[in-house]
Amino acid sequence: MAILITPQTKLLIQGITGSFGARHAQLSLAYGTQVVAGVTPGKGGQLFEGQVPIFDTVAEAARQTGATASAIFVPPPFAADAILEAVDAGIELVVCITEGIPVNDMVKVKRAMQGSRTRLIGPNCPGLVTPGEGANSHGGCRIGIAPGYIHKKGHVGVVSRSGTLTYEAVWQLTCRGVGQSTCVGIGGDPVNGTSHLDVIKLFMADPDTHGIIMIGEIGGSAEEEAAEWIARYGTKPVAGFIAGATAPPGRRMGHAGAIVSGGKGTAQAKIDAFRKAGIGVAATPSEMADTLLRMM
Amino acid sequence: MNIHEYQAKQLLARHGVAVPAGEPCKTVDEARAVAERLLAAGHPTLVIKSQIHAGGRGKGTFKHGFQGGVKLARSLEEAVHIADNMLGKTLVTKQTGPDGRVVQTILVAAAETIVREFYLAVLLDRATSRPLIMASTEGGMDIEEVAAHSPEKIVREHIDPAVGLMPYQARKIASALGLKGDLFNQACKLVTAVYKASWECDASLVEINPLCIVEGPGGKQAIVAVDAKIGLDDNALFRHADIVAMRDLAEESPLEVEASKHALNYIKLDGNIACLVNGAGLAMATMDIIKHFGGDPANFLDVGGGASKDQVCAAFRIILSDPSVKGVLVNIFGGIMDCNVIATGIVEAVRETGLSIPLVVRLEGNNVQAGKKTLAESGLTITSGDSMADAAQKVVKAVRAV
Repeated sequence: MAILITPQTKLLIQGITGSFGARHAQLSLAYGTQVVAGVTPGKGGQLFEGQVPIFDTVAEAARQTGATASAIFVPPPFAADAILEAVDAGIELVVCITEGIPVNDMVKVKRAMQGSRTRLIGPNCPGLVTPGEGANSHGGCRIGIAPGYIHKKGHVGVVSRSGTLTYEAVWQLTCRGVGQSTCVGIGGDPVNGTSHLDVIKLFMADPDTHGIIMIGEIGGSAEEEAAEWIARYGTKPVAGFIAGATAPPGRRMGHAGAIVSGGKGTAQAKIDAFRKAGIGVAATPSEMADTLLRMM
Repeated sequence: MNIHEYQAKQLLARHGVAVPAGEPCKTVDEARAVAERLLAAGHPTLVIKSQIHAGGRGKGTFKHGFQGGVKLARSLEEAVHIADNMLGKTLVTKQTGPDGRVVQTILVAAAETIVREFYLAVLLDRATSRPLIMASTEGGMDIEEVAAHSPEKIVREHIDPAVGLMPYQARKIASALGLKGDLFNQACKLVTAVYKASWECDASLVEINPLCIVEGPGGKQAIVAVDAKIGLDDNALFRHADIVAMRDLAEESPLEVEASKHALNYIKLDGNIACLVNGAGLAMATMDIIKHFGGDPANFLDVGGGASKDQVCAAFRIILSDPSVKGVLVNIFGGIMDCNVIATGIVEAVRETGLSIPLVVRLEGNNVQAGKKTLAESGLTITSGDSMADAAQKVVKAVRAV
C-alpha cells in the first residue's frame, strides 16, 4: 500500500505536448509509471512518443483509457480551466504542477470543487511519487516533476510545500537506506487543494507508513493546524522542518504563499506548534531524516 | 506588486469609491496648478502627500531637514513651499531604512474635515480560501494592534466567490460600523465598490485606513477613502496591462529589478553571505542554515528548477554587485537538471566575474560526480561542501577568516 497512488495508477497528462509536460511525461514513462493518455486540445488522435494516445478532452481520455489520475502542465492562464475539466471528467486525483496561477482563479476553483469527489494536489507543486521495487525505485508511480531515482520503496511518508526540500529529505532517507511509502508535494501557493493535515491523516491511516516527515514554511497556518491534529490523534512518529526563519516580514520568498504578514505565519510560531505536538523539529534542513530516524 | 497611494485611489475611484479631490504632481509647477484649482473650487485646506512605497510618511523627515512627508497647506504659497521641499528630496521614515526614498511624486489633494475614522480591508483568508472583508470602528490605527487588544471591534465577512459580495453583507458591515440613514446607504455602496475593485483588479490586499466620515462646507456628511493601499497578485498581472503600467521601478531595489529581468527570484537582505539556490524552499532553508551556524545571509535567490548557464552567470553578477557580500554559498539539488551543466555555469560565471571572495559549492543529484570533477579541474579556488550543513559551516568560517 501507499497513499493516493500506486504503481497500478493510470495517469493522463494535460498539456503533454508542451515542452515541460512532454519532458516530464517521458521521465514518468521511463520510471515505469502507467501513463495511459495525454490531452492537448486540437491534437486528438496523435500519439505521444509513438505510444501514448492523445485526446482533445479529458472526458474522452478518461473514458477510453480508464485513467484515474491527471497531471496538469498547462500555462497559468489556462490552469483553472484544466483543473475543472479534470474534475468534470470524474478524475479521482488531479495534480496541478503549474506555477503562477492567479489567486482568484484558485479561489473560484476551490469553490467549484466543493462537494466533488476529486482530490486536487497543488498547484505550484512537484507532485507525488510512490516508489517502485526496481533499481532506483523504478516501477513506481511518478506524477509531476520529482526526480524518480532519488527514491526507495519503504515506509516513511513525506509531505512538503517545497519541491527541492522534499528531494533533500527523500535523498537523506534513501542515503541512509530508508525507503518511502509515498512523497507528496502539496505546493507553495496560498490557496491549494490538499493541506498538510489532509496528507497527514492519509499517512496515519496507511498501514505501510511507519513514520512521517512534514516540511513546512512561513505563511498561513496549515502547519499549526496539522500539528494540533497530530497532538490529539497522531499514532506515528512525525519529524519536521520549517523553512524561512530568516525571511524578512512582508516579503514573498519565492513561493506565492511564503510570506509573513501582520505578524502571522512566522517560522517560530510553527516550530512552537510542532514542539507542543511532540513533532521532532530538525534544527537544520540537513537533519530532517536523522531527526525522524531517532524517533522510530 | 505594490502601487502608490494616488494610483490605488485612481483604481478605487474608477470602481466608484469616493476619494478626496486631488492630483499627482511630478513638478512644483504642476503642484502649483493643482493647488490653485483646488483652492478655487472652495477647498480651504490642502494636504500634500509624498508618494513612496513605505509607511510612516507623516512622521518622516527629509534628509535636508524638512519635517513630515504629509503636510497641510492653507494657501497657494504654502502649498508651493511644501511641494518644493518634497519633490526630488529624500524622505526617511521608520519603514524606509536610513537611506530613505527620493520623492518623485506628490499627491496634492483637498484636506477633508474628518468627523469619524474607520478601517476597511479586503484580503484573502487562507484558512477558508475565500476573500475576507474586515472592518473596524478603530480607524487610523494599526489593525494588528486592534486585533490584539480589542478583537471584538473587528467585523469579518467572508465572500462566496460563486456569488460575490451580497448586498446584505455590505449592510451588515455598515450596521456594525454604527452608521444610520444616508451614511448607512453610502457605506453600503462604498463597501460594494471596494470589494468590486479588489476582485476585478486581482488585488492581494486593499486597505483603506482611515475610511472617514467627512463634513463638507454646507455641513453635509459623506464617506470617503482618505488613505488607500493596494497590493496586487503578481500571478494575475498578465491580465492587467493598465496596472502593470503603474509599476514604479524607482521604488524597487535595483538588484531585484535586474534579477526579475532574468526570471530570477532575488531578495536582498542585510548579511554578507550570498546564496544561490534552486527552489524557493531550499533557498529559504539555505538562509536559515547559514544563520544557524552563525553567519548572515545577504540574499534570497532562487534560480528555479531549470536554470540555464546564462541564468547562473546573471545570478552571480547580481549577488556580487551587493558590496556587503564577503562570501558565496551555492546550494543546488539537481534532481532533474544535470549537475554538470550547473557546474559548467558556475565555472564560467566565476571566470567572467573574476570572483575574488570565498565560494563554497554544494552539489547533489543528477550526474553529481561529473559536476564535482568539473569544479575540481577548473583550477579555480572553489570549496566543495558535502552536505548543506558542511557547506554552510565552511562558508561561515571562510567569511570570518576574511
